[in-house]
Amino acid sequence: MLIRPKAGILDPQGIAVERALPALGFDGVSNVHVGRLVELDVEDPAQLHDMCRKLLANPLIEDYEIVGATGTAP
Amino acid sequence: MKLGVVRFPGSCDDVDAQLAASRVGETVLLWHADRNLHSVEAVIVPGGFSYGDYLRVGAIARFAPVMESVLAFARDGGLVLGICNGFQVLCEAGMLPGALLPNDHLRFRCGQVDVQVVNADTPFTRACERGQILSIPAKHTTGRYYAPDAQLDAMEAAGQVVLRYAPGANPNGSARDVAGVSNEAGNVLGLMPHPEHAVDELVGGSADGLALFESMGEAIDERVGV
Repeated sequence: MLIRPKAGILDPQGIAVERALPALGFDGVSNVHVGRLVELDVEDPAQLHDMCRKLLANPLIEDYEIVGATGTAP
Repeated sequence: MKLGVVRFPGSCDDVDAQLAASRVGETVLLWHADRNLHSVEAVIVPGGFSYGDYLRVGAIARFAPVMESVLAFARDGGLVLGICNGFQVLCEAGMLPGALLPNDHLRFRCGQVDVQVVNADTPFTRACERGQILSIPAKHTTGRYYAPDAQLDAMEAAGQVVLRYAPGANPNGSARDVAGVSNEAGNVLGLMPHPEHAVDELVGGSADGLALFESMGEAIDERVGV
């Protein structure tokens, strides 16, 4: 699960990273956002949305995306 | 009168909260794994770093067994005060509107702040005057209050924005300088600053935080008809 700050909500971590990159010579970088990655094995992937809504993300301030949820064998 | 202070793994302001509450009544610690609220008449969810602040601040603590009882207690009209991490926990538990985000400057900020009483008609601020400035410490990294604009409008209209940082004193970038909010019913209050650290002028130079605990004491006395 990829969890990101919702668009439109100030993301100070993203801003700090965006400002740090040019200092190392990486120019032309914009729209930096810092989120969270949650990895897990689950028997029933249908539960994933509920997990995100109830615990892994706070829907008021974060969006989530489920990646590799179908047919990914361990 | 008996007030309970919750202790989660990682709470660190529970002892000060107990000391502050003891100015108005008996106190008891409420262990996170224990559903028994020991017949308290108010619950304080204190500051700290419950469950290591893992995942998101307050996100794990809301599932503690004691929180089931605190939720039921609040539904029945019981007074619940959340301070700092306690405020974060109450927001995550859905007992208060909004959420707390990392400070806009990303730094841990620790210092005395001026907090203005916006609504003095609550069980937590009734010993204050409307507009009164309270000097109490704030110390946090994740204290930027957020709620969508429409929700903030509704909360302001309903008197749920109980405390604001005084002009120029906002230490974290909180929306509309919000420092403390209540639920719709008015029996649950959360705030980022720490009134429990300002109950004795000998330490810290201000006893302004005492007003919140005295307010709760008055409200409880009135209910039980003392």
